Amino acid sequence: MLSFKPENRAFRDKVKELSGEKIDLCFQCGACSSGCPMTQEMDYLPSKVIRMTQLGLEEALDSKTIWVCTTCFNCEVRCPRGIDIANVMEALRTMVLRKKYNRVNLEDLTAEELRELPPIAIVSNQRKLTA
Amino acid sequence: MTTMKVAYYPGCTLKTTAKNFEASTLASAKELGIDLVEPGRWNCCGTVHALAKDDVMHHIAPLRNLLRVEEMKAEGKVDDKKVVTLCAMCYNTLKRSNQVFKDDADKRKKVQENMENEAAPYGGSVEVLHLLELLREQGWDKVSTRVTKSLKGLKVAPYYGCLLLRPRGTGLDDADNPTIMEDLLKALGAEVVDFPYKLKCCGSYHTVQMKEAVADLSYRILDQAKRAGADVVAMACPLCEYNLGPRQAEIRKHYPSFGSLPVVYFTQLMALAFGLGDEATAFGANTPDPRPLLKERGLI
Repeated sequence: MLSFKPENRAFRDKVKELSGEKIDLCFQCGACSSGCPMTQEMDYLPSKVIRMTQLGLEEALDSKTIWVCTTCFNCEVRCPRGIDIANVMEALRTMVLRKKYNRVNLEDLTAEELRELPPIAIVSNQRKLTA
Repeated sequence: MTTMKVAYYPGCTLKTTAKNFEASTLASAKELGIDLVEPGRWNCCGTVHALAKDDVMHHIAPLRNLLRVEEMKAEGKVDDKKVVTLCAMCYNTLKRSNQVFKDDADKRKKVQENMENEAAPYGGSVEVLHLLELLREQGWDKVSTRVTKSLKGLKVAPYYGCLLLRPRGTGLDDADNPTIMEDLLKALGAEVVDFPYKLKCCGSYHTVQMKEAVADLSYRILDQAKRAGADVVAMACPLCEYNLGPRQAEIRKHYPSFGSLPVVYFTQLMALAFGLGDEATAFGANTPDPRPLLKERGLI
């Protein structure tokens, strides 16, 4: 059975600190996952990522889920325990980005795409997904 | 009619791919006696709210803009310390940073230390509003009395998306069951079409590197609006507009039977109902083109 191991405390505490969220309150109801618009692009459901952070499992950082979250806050509105799951996703992304990781490279886009995309799309994308 | 002067923060996209949003807003507001005054200089809104708790740096951009509004009031350029936004991201980012500044003394101190090149510190007195909220303050009756060409018979599905309403408590209306856009559309004489995906995210900035996934989300939203009988979808965000509008070309690659559905800014419908001309309605900038439908309905 999965249980919390004391050596995972540092990671769990870092997520709590960066997100400002009381992740221990989650009781795995799954409301966040049921309302999430991006689950079909995710490897782990948002509720599962929250469970991983409760257990202090650093594998959460390797999850595709944290990168396809759109921060639309639908989960925040639905969570009966008052957790802003989007803040937790941001905390996890932040921990990876601060190691100089870029999820998106604008060089991969064609000149036509760059011309056509609204500035708000490009700037918010870069703010969320690049170091 | 007395004119009120209100500060207006445009943001990057209103000056580039969403000029139709701005043109229709400025012209319609004028008809209601509202003069929207742009600050002499402004910078990026901050784009997205800094969610990581130790992220202080990203509050500086939004707060600099709010400082400009305080200056405008001090110089007598506007009547009060309200600032009106149009883009949902600008609205959310400016509003949330403003709140952090008011609530968190420690963060406020750190931000102020990094804004020492400003003439005065930000006083925290600005109120961030979306245009829809300013219209609601004016009263829907005031809007409806200005209507010269009722949108009667036009079935409009209002689409909210994410950041106008969420997180809970920071948005412009009830996060689960908003009515503000419906109220406006009714004041313009339109027939409001409710549909289940009006609060669902359009995929947002993932349109840059995950266009198939975004097209799939947009398809689900538009398809539901169509099934509910909508002629047109109305919205209030230039990123939603791109994902639900121009991205229809991507949708058709995956769902060839989709066809198309016009999407417009709520302000364009307001300009139309106020009887304003092409320069104000600016429908020519929308993809897909809503004009054939509006012509068919005798509205243009």
